[in-house]
Parts: sequence; C-alpha cells; structure tokens
Amino acid sequence: MLDVPHATTTADSEAHFDLRKEAEAAGITNTLQQLEQELIGLRPVKNRVRQIASLLLIERIRQRAGLASAPPTLHMSFTGNPGTGKTTVALRMAKILHGLGFVRRGQVISVTRDDLVGQYIGHTAPKTKEILKKAMGGVLFIDEAYYLHRPDNERDYGQEAIEILLQVMENQREDLVVILAGYGERMTSFFASNPGFRSRIAHHIDFPDYAEDELLVIAELMLRERGYRFSAAAREAFEKYIELRRTQPFFSNARSIRNAVDRIRLRQADRLVSDLDRMLDVADLETIDPADVLASRVFSGGADVRSAKP
Amino acid sequence: MKLTQGCFSFLPDLTDDQITKQVQYCLANGWAVNIEFTDDPHPRNTYWEMWGLPMFDLQDAAGVMMELAECRRVYGDRYIRISGFDSSHGWESVRISFLVNRPPQEAEFDLVRQEVGGRAIRYTTVRRQIAHAST
Repeated sequence: MLDVPHATTTADSEAHFDLRKEAEAAGITNTLQQLEQELIGLRPVKNRVRQIASLLLIERIRQRAGLASAPPTLHMSFTGNPGTGKTTVALRMAKILHGLGFVRRGQVISVTRDDLVGQYIGHTAPKTKEILKKAMGGVLFIDEAYYLHRPDNERDYGQEAIEILLQVMENQREDLVVILAGYGERMTSFFASNPGFRSRIAHHIDFPDYAEDELLVIAELMLRERGYRFSAAAREAFEKYIELRRTQPFFSNARSIRNAVDRIRLRQADRLVSDLDRMLDVADLETIDPADVLASRVFSGGADVRSAKP
Repeated sequence: MKLTQGCFSFLPDLTDDQITKQVQYCLANGWAVNIEFTDDPHPRNTYWEMWGLPMFDLQDAAGVMMELAECRRVYGDRYIRISGFDSSHGWESVRISFLVNRPPQEAEFDLVRQEVGGRAIRYTTVRRQIAHAST
C-alpha cells in the first residue's frame, strides 16, 4: 500500500511535476546528501542507492500522473567484506524508502539466524513469523544470511525459515522490504543453493573494500566525532598503521579502524594520566600523538605474534 | 440473528481495510493486539481461544492482518475477534475488542424465564440448537 491514495483522481489536475520539490518533500535530497557526506568512498553503492531513490521518486510521480506503475520489487542483498558499511547503508535505505512512502513505518529490524530459526520442531515457524510481523511496514535486515542455509544438514530448521521468508517476500512485497547481507563468496553459494532468493531480490549491491586513503579519512572522521584530532606526525604514523594492518589477518575495514581509534584513545588517556603533575590544556586533551599510534602491536608484527606467546 | 458483541457490532461488518485501520489505531496507542476465536459465543463466555500469542512490539497492522488471514483460513467457520490490550499503568486492561469474522450460520440465543422460590424470576441465556448449524 503506497502513500498515494488518490492516484487516478488527481491525474487531470496535475500535469506538471516539480522534481526538486518532490524530492525535497520526500526527504531524499537530504538523506542522499547525508549518505554522501558521512560515508566515505563506496562509490558503486552510492550510485546504486541514488538510482533506486530516483526510480522510486519517478515511480511515485508516475502514479500520481495516473500512468501504469507496478510496485517495484525492493528486496536487496548487500555483499561485501566485514566493516564495509552494509548495516549503515541498510539504515539509510530504510529512511529513503520511508521518505518515499514505499514502506509505511520505516523501522529496521536487524536479525541473524538465531532470531529466525528455532531449536526444535515447530519452533521455527512462529519465531520467523514473529520477526516478520515486527518488521511489517519497515525493513527486515538479515545479517549473515547464509547461515540460514546449512548444506551439511538437510534436516536443519533453517530451510523452514527460508521458505516462510520467501513466501512473505513474494506475497507481501508492499508490506516489507527484506535486505540480506553477508560476505561476498558465502552469499554467492547461498544464492546458488537457494535460487528462489536470488530471483526475488532485485538489487544486488556489492560493497567494495576501502582504499588506504579512504580508511584514513574514516579514521579522522571518527576522531572528529569523538572530539580528537591527529597531530601531523600521528597522522603519518596512522597512515603507516593502516598500511600494515591491511596485510594482517582479521582486517575488517572500517570496523578495524574504529577499534584502532578506540585503542588509541585509551593509550592517549593512559599517556596523559601517567604524568600526574602536569597541567593539561585543551590541545593536550584532543591531540593524538604519534606515540599513541606507534604503541600498537600492529607495528610489532600484529595480533598473531602477541597471542603466540601467552 | 446478528451477534452483537464488542465494539462496532451494531454497524455493518468491518471490511478488511477498516479492520486494518482499527488495528493500526491500537498499535499507535501501544496496545498489544490479540486474535481470539471461538465456536461458543455465549455472552458469558469471556475466555475465547487464543490464536497464537498476543502480538507485542508491532509497528504495522500488516502483521496482524497476516495472522488474521491465517486464522480465518483455519477457523473461518467460527467467531473471531481482535482485542487490544493496554498495559500502561492504571489501565492494564483490554481497551478495545471487536468481531472480525462470523460463521456462515450465526449462533442464536433464547432468553429462558424461570420461576423460582416465591415468585422470583431467573433469566438464562440458552443457545438455540439449530438443526443445520455448521458445528
């Protein structure tokens, strides 16, 4: 059910549509701008989101003009490595869809396998339905969706959840939007074993890894949000840090950067507190010194080395 | 005889769109919506059977309508009602309750008068047995 109840009656009176006004009324200009400013990089993702927003906007105007319009299928799949912004974009997407009236309430219900799949026979269906009911009128975000399907166990209850999901995705397309997210390769094999999912999802969006300079901008943005800044030397040290960290195991893009930033704050605080006789000024409080960065174990060979010797 | 119980029962039966709007009103007020059904709509029968658990934390009526469709599929030959429970302090009670489904053959009741000790009168509501009733 869309937000335009009198599609046919207003058709004659309105022959011209002010696109800018329409876009602003729907709030997508703002949301897209925010997306542009707050998310670094992710060029292909932003392009795709803008395309979808444009399609939805035009679709809405077409409806008002009384032109033929089929409610677009909006289910999406976000694939990409850890920490590439899938959840963040899903939240934004809900806002855009809500602004355009393609979902009625705009809430995002974020779930994983545990929330959908039960533990014993007859437990899965009510559980899945409960989540679906909560997500109605909004967006259901299924993180790491490939866990729903366990190829090694054909009696796994995940299959039951998948069937219910597919049914609702097909029959109640206008009531909720399902976004599946997960790491690239595993999602591919998940779709291969569940072709029903692949065909019901209109938008497959791939999230690329961040480049090193993008990661640096992200780090600075995070620091700014928390009221810190790099000194020039610390900035250089952090560039070095990113370069090293990327080659080490368990690197998860922006999430690793966030953790690094949090640890740097910890070390900065520790450094300040270690000298109790000192008078601090504001600059001291907000500046990250190179020492705070360089103390990271990344520079001494990474997490593996540390955990090897207990 | 049209059974009149709960809200709106003197009006024509609600359409699905109207039910959706009523449910949305309940959800907007933060009430938990519950679906119940029975084949014994006696006015004194307060406890109808529950269709699943009451639905908490819903945002949109579509979820309730999905359950209602399922309940109608299974118990289309019974009475089904929707109720909204307000858990806020001071209320803690059902705030709204209305019928959303009637069987093809409605239940009928007779008022039986009985003279007891002295000339006191007792009234009893008795379900009329209908030969071609569906249940």
